[in-house]
Formats: sequence, structure tokens, C-alpha cells
Amino acid sequence: MAAFFILALGPWVFGLCKKLDLTRVVRVAAVQLLIDQRPKTQFMHTTFERKDLLGIRELSAGEIVHILDTAETFRDISRRQVKKVPTLRGRTVINLFFEPSTRTRTSFEIAAKRLSADAVNITPSNSSVSKGETLLDTARNLEAMAPDCIVIRHSMAGAPHHLARMCNAPIVNAGDGAHEHPTQALLDALTIREHKKKIEGLKVAIIGDILHSRVARSNIYLLTRLGATVSVAGPGTLVPAEFVGLVEQGLRLEKRIEDAIEGADAVIVLRIQRERQDAAFFPSMREYAIHYGLHPEHLKLAAPDAIVMHPGPINRGIEISSEIADGSTSLILDQVTNGLAVRMAVLYLLSRGSRADVDEDAESRK
Amino acid sequence: MKVLIANGYVVDPAQQVNTGKNLLIEDGRIAGLLDRAEPRPEGVEVLDATGLVVAPGFVDLHVHLREPGQEYKETIATGAAAAVAGGWTTVCAMPNTDPVNDNPAVTRFIVEQGQRAKLANVFPIGAVTKGGCGKELAEMGEMKAAGIVAVSDDGNPVPGAGMMRRALEYARGFDLPVVDHCQDPSLSKGGVMHEGRWSLILGLRGLPAAAEEVDAVRDCVLARLTGARLHLAHMSTRGAIEAVRQAKQAGLQVTCEIAPHHWTLTDQAVESYDTNTKMSPPLRSSEHVEALLEGMRDGTIDAIATDHAPHHSDEKALEFDEAPFGIIGLETAIGLAFDLVHQGTISLERLVEMCATNPARIFSLTDRGSLAPNAHADVTILDPACEWVFDVAASKSKSRNSPFHGRAMKGAAVATIVGGRLVYLHPDYGRITQLKYREASAK
Repeated sequence: MAAFFILALGPWVFGLCKKLDLTRVVRVAAVQLLIDQRPKTQFMHTTFERKDLLGIRELSAGEIVHILDTAETFRDISRRQVKKVPTLRGRTVINLFFEPSTRTRTSFEIAAKRLSADAVNITPSNSSVSKGETLLDTARNLEAMAPDCIVIRHSMAGAPHHLARMCNAPIVNAGDGAHEHPTQALLDALTIREHKKKIEGLKVAIIGDILHSRVARSNIYLLTRLGATVSVAGPGTLVPAEFVGLVEQGLRLEKRIEDAIEGADAVIVLRIQRERQDAAFFPSMREYAIHYGLHPEHLKLAAPDAIVMHPGPINRGIEISSEIADGSTSLILDQVTNGLAVRMAVLYLLSRGSRADVDEDAESRK
Repeated sequence: MKVLIANGYVVDPAQQVNTGKNLLIEDGRIAGLLDRAEPRPEGVEVLDATGLVVAPGFVDLHVHLREPGQEYKETIATGAAAAVAGGWTTVCAMPNTDPVNDNPAVTRFIVEQGQRAKLANVFPIGAVTKGGCGKELAEMGEMKAAGIVAVSDDGNPVPGAGMMRRALEYARGFDLPVVDHCQDPSLSKGGVMHEGRWSLILGLRGLPAAAEEVDAVRDCVLARLTGARLHLAHMSTRGAIEAVRQAKQAGLQVTCEIAPHHWTLTDQAVESYDTNTKMSPPLRSSEHVEALLEGMRDGTIDAIATDHAPHHSDEKALEFDEAPFGIIGLETAIGLAFDLVHQGTISLERLVEMCATNPARIFSLTDRGSLAPNAHADVTILDPACEWVFDVAASKSKSRNSPFHGRAMKGAAVATIVGGRLVYLHPDYGRITQLKYREASAK
């Protein structure tokens, strides 16, 4: 842990040490002091020892908090003038994106680069996938190039699990079909925690297409595991009754979005996928915007200092009105910033290798 | 040539026999059941079956043998080898081959390949519609003359109530049962697993139970309208079982089968996205599994059929959405059926009834499914106590797509006799009977 803080707050600590000409012993004590000042949470700190990050459902509260705390320390790096630390120098991160994505792919790429890892982007249009190669063969070929981490986005649920079984490299799920999008839920939680200082006991509303949403699933797992209550609402065709069984407790389904938003501390609005509209889950965008879009008057029902989030990209005037999207309660851009920190944390935790390795890295910087 | 299966325990529900008897086979036919004390006929070959159950040969109403056209998955010879290793003396091959078995030429080819393999009896099932496309009726009469025992568009339902009605009416003229794969496509489109809590957790599109139930109810209504013989394949839902129960109470000619994986596993097995848990109908939730067990207990379910569906490992190594539906099942069915006997869900007689007596009756297989004199000498010899572990690598099938690899089983077919010929003998048969003999003489 100490080694980690040397890295995260490295320049400051080392600068201080040099200035004050402290001995190594005192330096360690200074780092210890920093650790003690980390945000306090009610959960025991655990380490994160998994090979892959495939979903939130299988994570314990301790593991989630550990990732969030790690992400918090990485947030500072992006605020510096030189936005780079050598933590993952010499490591290779492959971004394997089978589904178009600008935001998430860029976020993972920048996260890798700020940790000094080499990031390689592969998209189906310029890879052998378009020549009929199976996911398995693609994975085996990538594996032969010894990457330290593979980030995968795929339109089919379970594709990252398929990869994880075959590859020695850690796999990060950057969204698989309607299954999970763990880093999105982590960045949403980091954003909520930043503004509300806690997650336990909060009421969070999730509005929109729950059925097809991996963001909704990951958020429901994460928020209920950390003790929040989640209310979801949307058209009946997109909020199946069986959803209530997704988690043991803390999840409620509402027919009207007003009932879900009532008293909410945070409102997460999901994107309506226009491309899915041919399946006719609701009659028209117009009707959707009227009955399920988020309007300023809805926020009067929420808690006084409620925050609004959206995983993006937004459909203005459909699921969210521009007044809200651009208003003071909207944290849509904070989410993007926190996304970077969360992805740095995840890449760091998964591809750091042994701890001794990182310690050595820190030593070499002296 | 005479063969005596000596000292076994004969279970033949068709004759209501359930007792220690010797079974005499002569020239490929059953000569009769003899008392153990009766002197052995002259010049007879003896197969000792001490401590074993001697049953009429098991009949599987539902297998996919992939030949012609997909011989890389299975051939009639490899499928038949897997069948006899699993205790099945007769298999009925679904018509969704390439080309589809929708004409007498393909039917004759399958019959001949079955005869060439000289293992299990292979009876083809013809397509209901040309190409299995659901548009025009196939030549059922000509196919029947060539050897089909039923018609089905399995893999797909017969689409539209109007087409199903025509199929039932036309098949009635040739006394052929129509076998339907119940699944309303407008409800099941795009689905890859049972719709419910687990499909929501896994983010996989669901095949709702209602898709099967709607079609099963439709088919039962049409069976009443037409008076034809209807057989519902691989029932997996509470509502479909209930529809069959009511149809039977109303005296309709409706029968149904279930597959072992549907009572053994639930949709939770899909959790790891293992494509060997992907089949159609899908693994259902425990609520439906209970209805299946109840249906077996109360007699609503007539038959156990494997829905043996071989696929190459390359095809199953795709993403869950992309992988084909189906698993192999010929060699695991008896072990999984014995689970039910050992748990006390069904009796041994009921097991034999569902695997031999009823299937032979449903497809009107003359002189099969019983050990009555002059029946074909198809015999399955079972050891209910045999403990073994299924190793898919050792399967006789060409394919390896089974979710039961490594599963411990209790109960197996240890010898299979088809037309008086011993076509499968458990590698440890001698040791098993010796042990049983010693146990018996110690008593």
C-alpha cells in the first residue's frame, strides 16, 4: 500500500523529502501519514486480487471500495501539468473494441497512457475479425504478443468471459451486450461519492431502457451492495417485472418515473438507443420524451440537492431535457473525468503484476 | 441361433412382468421368458445377467444424426454407436439434415446407412413441410413407404395454426404422428436461454416459457379439431405439461417426451456462459423442472428422449449468442434417468415404460418395446448400481458438446442387444456379473 502512495503522490512526496532532506525512515512515515488521511469508509479495506474485471455482480463491497479509493488517488494525476506517471511503464494494454465507442475507448486509452503503458487500439473494421476470424483465434493471436491487459467491448454478453478463459492476460470488460459495464458503474459511484460523501443510505433512481442496459445492471449491483436503495422506472416493455430478483434487496421497480424520482439523491438517466426502435418497445420518440424523459419539474420531486447523471452520449430532448443536461445539477462531465481515474485504477490494479515489481519501479524513480 | 440371457431380473411393463426370469432369444426374435428353474435348451449361448435388469430395448424418439450433409458433426454410424453404448437399441432420426429428409430418396439413404452401420435400429422421421420451411407439405405418403415413422420440422415449430392443421389432417391419412417443437417464433425471436431472472442477470435474450406454452396449447386444440396423432417433443415448461395433461383427460391422441438435461439442470447452469448449456428448448427455472418431475410421476409424460444434437467444438467455441443450440445426450440419458429412480421420483418400471414401452407405441414400431414372444430381440441390460463418471472424450459420438463431462453417475446400460446380436458390452461386464454372482450366492 505504501508503495502505491509513493507512486500516486510521488512527485509531491519526493519533492517534500528532497526539500527537507529527510531520511528514508521519515519518508515512510510521511507516506503512512498520507494513508491515514485517505477517505474513511465503513468497509474493511481489502486488496483486489482478481485476474479479470468482468462484472460488478461478483465483487464484494470491500473490493468495490478498494477500486474507488484507488481511483480517487489517481484523480490528481489528471489535474497536473505533466499528466503522466511511470507506474505501468513497459506494459502493453490492448483495447479490443468490437462495438463502436468513442468515449469509453478514448478513456481507456488515455488512462493507459497516463500510466505510461503502451495502448493499442483494435477495432473490427481494421482487424482480421472482418475476415471471419473467431473471437477465440483473435484472442489467441493477441495473447501470443504477451499483452499485460486486454480491454474488451463486445455486443454479445459473455464475450469477455470467453476471452478470460482463454487468456493469461487480465481482461477488463468495457461493456458486453446487455450484461455489464463495470467501469461505468464504478465511475458513477465515484461521482456520487464525490458529491454526496457516501453511498450507503442514498436513494438512486435509474430511468429508461433497463432491459437492454448493461449500465443499469452494473449500477444496480454496485449501489445496492454499498447500501443504497435503487428505484428503476421506464416503459413496461423495457422494465420486466422479473428484474426485481436481480439483487436480494434494495431494488424497487416503479411504473411512473415520478415515483422512482421521489426523494432521490441521484438520478441516472439511460440512453435510449434509437437503433433499437425497430423492435417497437414503445410507440414513438415523442411519446417517450413526454412520459419517460427527464424534465425540470421532475427534479422538484427529488431530494433538494439531487444530482443528475447520464452515461452518454445523450439524446437531448428525448431521455433528458437540455435544461437539465446543461444545468447545475448535471454531473455528466464530472462522470467523464472520473471515468479516467477509475480506468487508471482498474488498469493499475489488474496489470501491476507483483507488488515487488511496483516497489522496484518506485525505487528506480529516485 | 439361440441365446439365453440368464438369471436377470426382467422388467417388461408391456406384459406386466417384473420378476426374475431367463430370456430366450431365437433367430433375432424373442422366443419367450423361462423360469430360472427350467432346463436350458440345447445348444444355447448364455449371457449371464445375474443381478442385472433385463428390459425391452430402449427407443429414443428424438436424435439428430446429421447425415446426410453434416458428417463432420456426426454420422449415422457414429450416432448409432453412441446410441448402443447408451443402451438405446432404436433411434429415430430427425429430418433437419442437409438435404432435409423431405422426400423418399433421403429417407431410403438414412435407412440404408442405418442398416450398414449394423448397430442400433435407425428409423427416419420425415419433414412436415418441404425443406422444413413451413410453406408446403412434404411427401409424407411416399416417405412412409420408404420407412419414416413420424413427421416433424424439429428445430423449428410448424409455423402458423393453419399449416399445423393441414399437417395433422394430412398425416392422419397415413397414420403418422406429427411431432412438433413448440416455440412461438414471435415470442422467442432472438432468444438464447430461458427468459427469467438468470437471463436478466446474464444480459442474454430470453426464450420465454410462454413461447412453448402458447404453441403447445395451440397444437392440443388442433389435435381436437383434427383427431390426428400429435406428439410434442422435448417439453420443458409447466404450461405445456398442463396442456398435455388436459388433452389426455379429454381423450385426445396427444403424447409428449422430455429430455434428461431439462430435469437435471436449471437455467442457472448458464451462469458461466458455457455454450454447452445452450439448447432449444433452453434449460428452465426450477419451477418448470418441478412440473416435469410431477408429469413423470403422474404419467402425463410418456417418453424420455435425448434430443441428441451433436455440434463440432469449433461451433460451440463461439460467443454464447453465436453458438448453435443443442448437446449430445445418448450416452448420458440412462445415468441421468437413474438419478430419478434412486431419488424415488419414479420407479424402475416407469423408467422402462418411458424409455421402451411408450416410445415404441407412440411411433407404432411393430414388435418393439416389449419382450413378448416373437417381438424383435432388442434388449437393454441395466445395472442400477453401476457407478461411473462420464468422460466426454471417450464418447462414441463424433462431437463433444456435453455439459455433463465429469459428472458422477449411478446406473448404466451394461449390454445392448439389437435383433439378437450383442452390439454393446460394458468393458467391465464380466467383472460386474461376477461380483453380482458372488453377492447373490453369499445371501
